[in-house]
Amino acid sequence: MATELKFPDSAAKAAGAEQEFSPEQMSLSMGPSHPSTHGVLRLQLELDGEIVIKCDPVVGYLHRGDEKIAENMTYNQFVPYTDRLDYLAPLANNMAYAIAVERLVKLEVPARCQAIRVLTAEMARISSHLMGLGAFGLDVGAWTVLVHSLNQREHLYKLFEELTGARFTTSYTRIGGVSRDVPAGWLDRVGAFCDQFLPALEEILALLTRNKIFLDRTVGVGVITKADAIAYGITGPNLRGSGIALDLRKDKPYSGYEQYEFDVPVGTKGDSYDRYLVRGEEMRQSVRIVRQIIKNFPGGDWFARDARKIFAPPKDKILSSMEELIQNFMLVTEGPQMPAGEVYFEAENPKGILGFYVVSKGGGVPWRLKIRSPSFCNLSILPKICVGCLISDVVTLLGSLDFVMGECDR
Amino acid sequence: MAVLTLERKPLTFAERTYLPQIFGGLKTTFAHLVRKKQTLEYPEHRPAIPPGYRGVPTLVMDPNGREKCVSCQLCEFVCPPKAIRITPGEISPDAPNSHVEKAPQAFEIDMLRCIYCGLCQEVCPEEAIFLQNQFSMSGYTRAEMVHDKARLYELGGTLPDKHLKWDHKKAAAAHGNAH
Repeated sequence: MATELKFPDSAAKAAGAEQEFSPEQMSLSMGPSHPSTHGVLRLQLELDGEIVIKCDPVVGYLHRGDEKIAENMTYNQFVPYTDRLDYLAPLANNMAYAIAVERLVKLEVPARCQAIRVLTAEMARISSHLMGLGAFGLDVGAWTVLVHSLNQREHLYKLFEELTGARFTTSYTRIGGVSRDVPAGWLDRVGAFCDQFLPALEEILALLTRNKIFLDRTVGVGVITKADAIAYGITGPNLRGSGIALDLRKDKPYSGYEQYEFDVPVGTKGDSYDRYLVRGEEMRQSVRIVRQIIKNFPGGDWFARDARKIFAPPKDKILSSMEELIQNFMLVTEGPQMPAGEVYFEAENPKGILGFYVVSKGGGVPWRLKIRSPSFCNLSILPKICVGCLISDVVTLLGSLDFVMGECDR
Repeated sequence: MAVLTLERKPLTFAERTYLPQIFGGLKTTFAHLVRKKQTLEYPEHRPAIPPGYRGVPTLVMDPNGREKCVSCQLCEFVCPPKAIRITPGEISPDAPNSHVEKAPQAFEIDMLRCIYCGLCQEVCPEEAIFLQNQFSMSGYTRAEMVHDKARLYELGGTLPDKHLKWDHKKAAAAHGNAH
């Protein structure tokens, strides 16, 4: 049978010309391997020309099932997994996790241990914000900022390496303490870092703060109103950029934050530029905290010595004494002994509020561990603020929200 | 609570011309040009590794050339990514260190799984497993990256031992007060 061919009626086509040439919607998949999506975030965009009319973030490419993994190992074994949440500030994650589990057994670690934890968390905040600013600058076309901020971050990594034995995946805290005491002379080197860091930070920020090109790209872009920020559960610098001074270090102090003097920077408009300003100022405040800690660094134990069923005995004793040897075997195989109960603890991390919800039925293994990750919650506002933006502004937005997919997908 | 509201001043006319930024940026660049170099020519120049660094895990011998591992399998248990496999074995009764009784028959660390967390070293009751300075491992095949016992001892070498606990034990047994 011969195929019937149909030819378009040119007259009808001419009549519908207006409709045919009206702007069409285009769908664009941005990511998961797009350089500005900072990892493996995929954005399903609907575009009208260059204007975004719908944005659908697709997350989960980096899902490893950390929460389920936690149920199958002892509390201390999970510490390396917390490094891999927000991998730009592993020390802060380590601290939040350790405090959450310690709250379960109402264990107070000694002042020196608290000071070490706060010190490392604030250094992690500086390093995370340096990367955040550098990548943000890179996204909007300021390549130099990244070079200088990575140089400063390298100084921090050298210090982390000396303290914890690793630059990146620090695994520093243990339940009831930290893995090792600060090495001799390390605090002086941290002090020296602070002295050279502040002028270097001013130099880095001077490249952006009054830069017309940067301002054109960021001012008024991606405004998050106060009401929206609260409704979507935004936390961290992104929330403070919108003018809400919520900082758990001040509101619900933990690990001795109440002893230190620092200010909480807040923005006024809630646009990308405000979020940038807040991060810059937070680094200065972190240096203030670090300096206060170094000045009054407490002596004494760096682990909870009386918590015999939680923290391992000193290595010397394990090697020479039978009781400590048995205790070490019990602690490793059974895990740090926790009572039954549940606890939720949240800490002010560089990216926002990181929460750990631990349910225990007793023993050394959590029955359930839920992680509230700030990057995931902060990303939830993306479909709202992307609408009406240019596609190039989406890049600005992603940079200014400063998320980490390791934490978002966990 | 000390809240610091960040000011936003509008750009001045000069700043809107972008000229001050260009000169400021050039100043930064030239200032860095004459400063100390911050980079390292990597393969030729190696970074200084601080003590306590968590590099490649290795097995070590004590200064008397005795293998320290007694295959208690604690590291195998604690390893979060399950990279360690130990097959325990016996020490022959004729050996000088026969009173230790156990030694690993096979000891494998899968370096493709290892995350360098250092928990094995931390829990080891014999100080037999050590994370050492080496940080770059490579191989052509997957099998090559599974370190067996011989390779682990080759990488580890001998480390000083403060306690020499098994020698003390043997001496005590010879004097008739073993426990």
